[in-house]
Amino acid sequence: MSVPGAWYLGLAAMLFTIGGVGLLVRRNVLIMFMCIELMLNAVNLTFVTFARMLNDIGGQVVVFFVLVVAAAEVVVGLAIIVSIFRRRTEATADDISLLKG
Amino acid sequence: MMHAVWLIPALPLAGFLILLATGRKLGDPKAGYLATAMMVGSFIVAVGVFFDLMGMPGEERRFEQDLFSWMAVGGLDVHVGFLVDPLSVTMALFVTGVGALIHLYSVGYMHGDERYPTFFVYLNLFAFSMLMLVLADSFLLTFLGWEGVGACSYFLISFWFERPTAATAGKKAFVVNRVGDFGFMLAMFLIFATFGSLNYVPVLEEAGTLAKGTASAIALLLFVGAVGKSAQLPLYVWLPDAMEGPTPVSALIHAATMVTAGVFLMVRVNPILDMAPGVLTIIATIGCLTAFFAATIACAQNDIKKVLAYSTVSQLGYMFLAVGSGAYIAAIFHMVTHAFFKALLFLGAGSVIHGMHDEQDMKRMGALRKWMPITSGTFIVGWLAIAGVPPFSGFWSKDDILLGAWEKNRLLWLIGLITALMTAYYMSRQVFLVFYGGERWKKADSRTPAEAHGEPDHEPAATVGAAGDHGAHGDFKPHESPGTMAAPLVVLAALAAVAGILKSPLEHWLEPVLAHPHHFTSPSGTKLGLILVTTVAALAGVGIAYLIWMRRRVKEGAVEPEVLRRAWYVDELYQKVVEAPARAFANFSAFFVDAKVIDGTVNGVGALVRAGGSRLRTVQSGFVRNYALAVAVGAVAILAYAVARSA
Repeated sequence: MSVPGAWYLGLAAMLFTIGGVGLLVRRNVLIMFMCIELMLNAVNLTFVTFARMLNDIGGQVVVFFVLVVAAAEVVVGLAIIVSIFRRRTEATADDISLLKG
Repeated sequence: MMHAVWLIPALPLAGFLILLATGRKLGDPKAGYLATAMMVGSFIVAVGVFFDLMGMPGEERRFEQDLFSWMAVGGLDVHVGFLVDPLSVTMALFVTGVGALIHLYSVGYMHGDERYPTFFVYLNLFAFSMLMLVLADSFLLTFLGWEGVGACSYFLISFWFERPTAATAGKKAFVVNRVGDFGFMLAMFLIFATFGSLNYVPVLEEAGTLAKGTASAIALLLFVGAVGKSAQLPLYVWLPDAMEGPTPVSALIHAATMVTAGVFLMVRVNPILDMAPGVLTIIATIGCLTAFFAATIACAQNDIKKVLAYSTVSQLGYMFLAVGSGAYIAAIFHMVTHAFFKALLFLGAGSVIHGMHDEQDMKRMGALRKWMPITSGTFIVGWLAIAGVPPFSGFWSKDDILLGAWEKNRLLWLIGLITALMTAYYMSRQVFLVFYGGERWKKADSRTPAEAHGEPDHEPAATVGAAGDHGAHGDFKPHESPGTMAAPLVVLAALAAVAGILKSPLEHWLEPVLAHPHHFTSPSGTKLGLILVTTVAALAGVGIAYLIWMRRRVKEGAVEPEVLRRAWYVDELYQKVVEAPARAFANFSAFFVDAKVIDGTVNGVGALVRAGGSRLRTVQSGFVRNYALAVAVGAVAILAYAVARSA
């Protein structure tokens, strides 16, 4: 017997909410980054679920695109985080507000 | 000779171009002689053309020469061409004749001036423009000359531009003339709209078919042009100020030729005027009032040239009175005689100024007939001519005008008659002050400067060119002018004396030009009576002046009221009515409209963007979480919208 699709969607929604709330409330850049990954993967899970439920391969294809973009984003994001750590010992997002208008 | 008519304006044009290129090298006096030679050549051609025209039978005396196409735009194809008929030849003859004499006179008068060649450059350019004006075969070509003489007038009035008064006078003449030119242009637009052509021949031939309203509009607009150029009320104010120019300029432009252009134009378009009797009455009234008004001012001026300037305005008024009375030939006749005697008087005045070392105040002259026999002799001829003493020329022409006025309207005639009396009075006053009485210049330097310069509005005597000893009044003697100046005086005096014999030849000669030749209808008894009255008026004027200025029966102040000396305060009035509002409007435009409204709008846009920016910048907090929140809220909003729509 298989797990019903709604459960997967519920799980994805929970993961997305955890990621979104984490992004908004945490100050550590690294944690925030992980939260974004969580949100991305929640979306991926949704896509896959719908692909199975609707019997449409398109959903799985989109996941590949998301993975590729996420990989690129991770590279850039981690590079930024590394260069922030070079200049300061802590990585609190609120300290980095040079672009304040 | 007829086909050589193009040479008449071409010779002065050539002189202008040659002097423009080589004038400096030719210098003083060769440049002057070259310019004079061009004018003499032009005069000779004009005489040749005149005799050719005389050889034609009376009604066919017309010759058109088409030179080249000037501009062709749509339905408008303007050619440069000349219309030779009795009117244009008459004008060309006296413009070139008097012009040549004045050129010759200038050779002596301008001697020693720093910009001697330039003066003749302008003078030849002026002659070219004036001849284009009178010989043109279309309104547009006449307008070219019209603007040309206006520009030259401006150059020549402000020839001594180092003097602020001269520079201002030039500007004034230019600006006031523009008002009239505007009327001329509107008239041309209307003519083209009505006839589809600007050529004189077709337009004037079809003038009889004009509706009364259109004819009146065209005539009135052309008259506005004439009022500006010929210094009539209310645009005469530039002419007295134009006396700041060198005296030959006053004689040539502001007495003999340019200012008569308006009269010429009126006579040229006489078929149109005949269709607009209402406008004729307006012209006669304005002319008559100008004649009277200017004559009153002339009675109280002390500057020798200002008297002549107001006298010119007054005499031009007579010409318009004649035009308005339908006596076109009388207008042209008076124009010709006036050209002779007024040019003579101006040149005589210039000779006096020259001999008196640039003194222009008549109250500081006197007894000059002993020192300047030729000048005084010729001046006296001019005086008798303008005063209307028989048998001098002015008597005949003024008599014709007054006869025309008598037949038009008795009131106009009466004003004209009083003006004739005043003319005789102020000219006699001038002659008595300048050539008779005591040698007042000897007393001049014993007076205090304030007294010496008399009334407050009197301009200080001109500092002309290189004449250096200005102001040394005590130890100098007036001297007679050189031959180049005296010869034109003698020729003009002869012409002024005998030009009256032109009366009946001119009447036959000019008749073909007129659509409805005007014949005086009064019985010969009335005519004789009028002649008698006019003569008595002229002699009375002379007599009154004799009593006041020779016998000194009346105190000077009593006959020179301040209001006349200040020319009825017209300049002050214009300053109040025209200049002050214009200045206020300019101030309003500059310091309110421009500074507040226009700059305010531009600055306001900038300030708005700046203020909006400074508000909006606070949104950009620099905190990543704020941006994330904004993205989240935005996503929720879009989702909510999508759900709401699909529901």
